[in-house]
Amino acid sequence: MIPSRRTLNILNVLALAGMLVAIYMAMIQAPFAINLTETDRWAQRIIYFHVPSAWSSMLSFLITFIASIIYLARGGQKWDIIARSSAELGIFFTVAAIVSGSIWARPAWNTWWTWDPRLTTYTIVLLLYIAYFMLRNAMDDPSRRARFAAVYGIFAFLSVPITFMSIRWWNTIHPVIMSPEADFGLGPGMTRAFITTNIAFTLLYFTLLANSVRLAWTVERVAALRERILQVH
Amino acid sequence: MKAYFRVAWAVLWKDLRVEWRTKDMFTSMAVFAVLALLIFNFAFELRVPDKRMVVPGVLWVTVAFAGVLGLGRAFITEKDRGSLSGLLLAPVDRSAIYFGKMVANLIFILVVEALILPLITVFFNVPLITLPLLLILLLGTIGFAAVGTIFSALTVNTRAREVLLPILLFPVLLPVLVAGIRATIGLLEGDTLNDLANWVQLLLFFDLLFLIVAYLTFDYVVEE
Repeated sequence: MIPSRRTLNILNVLALAGMLVAIYMAMIQAPFAINLTETDRWAQRIIYFHVPSAWSSMLSFLITFIASIIYLARGGQKWDIIARSSAELGIFFTVAAIVSGSIWARPAWNTWWTWDPRLTTYTIVLLLYIAYFMLRNAMDDPSRRARFAAVYGIFAFLSVPITFMSIRWWNTIHPVIMSPEADFGLGPGMTRAFITTNIAFTLLYFTLLANSVRLAWTVERVAALRERILQVH
Repeated sequence: MKAYFRVAWAVLWKDLRVEWRTKDMFTSMAVFAVLALLIFNFAFELRVPDKRMVVPGVLWVTVAFAGVLGLGRAFITEKDRGSLSGLLLAPVDRSAIYFGKMVANLIFILVVEALILPLITVFFNVPLITLPLLLILLLGTIGFAAVGTIFSALTVNTRAREVLLPILLFPVLLPVLVAGIRATIGLLEGDTLNDLANWVQLLLFFDLLFLIVAYLTFDYVVEE
C-alpha cells in the first residue's frame, strides 16, 4: 500500500493534467447558466470547484473510516498512516468546500454565511476531524495513539452521513444536486464539466494521499533508522 | 450469557455504591445543571416572546453539559486509584465492564434529568413532564451515555483528559442531539409521537449503532 516513486510520478502528472482539463472545462468549455444575472453566472461556475471539493472531503473521511477499521482488525502501521493522511486531506477539502460555498453564497443568497442545516452540519464535520487530530496529539505512545485514533475515526464517520441526509430532512436553502430526481437544471455541457471536475478532484485526492502516505512512511523509517544508529554508537 | 450479565451488574452495582458514598459526580452535575438553568433564565428572560421557543434548547444543552461533566469523572477516579487495572485484570469479557459502566452513567444522568425537569417546568413555566417527552429524553440519554462512556475511557489515557472529552463527544453526538431537540420542539408544539416518527427512529437507530460500535471497539480502548 506504500506507493513507489514511479507510481507517484505517474499520479502527479495525471493529476496535474486532470486539473488543467478541469479548469478549462469549468471556466471556458461549460456554458453560462441561463436566467441569471451577469455576476451570478460567473458565481455559478463555483459549482465545478465547490461540489468536487465537498465530494473529495467525504471520500477522504470514508477512506479514514475504512483504514481505521482495517487497522483495528489487522494492525499494521501503514493503515494508521493512511487514516491520518486521509483525514488531513479531508480537512483541507472541507475548508475548500466551505470557503468556495461562502463565496458563491454572497451573490446567490446575499450573505456569506447562513445557519442552514447543511452548512452547520458540514462545519461540525470539520470540527470532528480537528478533534481527531487533537486526540492524536494528546498521546505520546505511538501504538496507543494509532489505536485510539482508529476508534475515534470510526465513531466520527458514523455521524458524517447525516450531513448528506440533512438536506432532505430539513427545509434547507442549499440546492440538492446529488439526487436522481433533482438534476438542478444542469444542461448537457454543464453536466460534462461537472463530471469531469469531479473525476479530476478525485484523482487529485488520491495523488495527494499517495504522496502524503509515502512521506509519512519515509519519516517513520528515518526515525527508526536514527534510533538504530544511535543504539549502535 | 448469565455470567456476562453478572459481570455488568457487578460493575454497575460497584459504581452506584461508590457514587452513593462519595456523591462526587451527582453533586457536581446537579449544581452545574441548576446554575446553567439560572444563567439561561438571565439570558432569555423578557427577551423571548414565548418560552416554548427556547425550552428544548435549554433542556438539551443543560443535559449535555452537565452530562459531560459527570462522564469526565467516570474513569478518572478508577485510573488514579489504580482500580481500572484491577478491573481489566479480571478474567471477564471487557465489553461487560463497558455495559456496566455505561448503565451506571446512564442512571447518573437520568437522576440529574429528574431534578432539572421539574425545575425547568417551574422556571420557564412550560410543562415538560409528559410521557412522550420522557421517552425522547431517555432515548437521547442512552445515546449520550453510550458514546460518552467509551470516550471517557479514551480521554482518561490522554494528556488533556476532561478538556478533550467534550470536544470529542459533542460533534459525534450531533445526530442524537439534533434528533432529541427536534423531537422536543415538535412535542412542545403539540405534535404526537406519531408525527415525530422520523426523529424517534433516528434516535433509536443511533442509540443502537453507537452501542454496537462501542461494544466492538471497547477492547481496543482499554488494552494496555
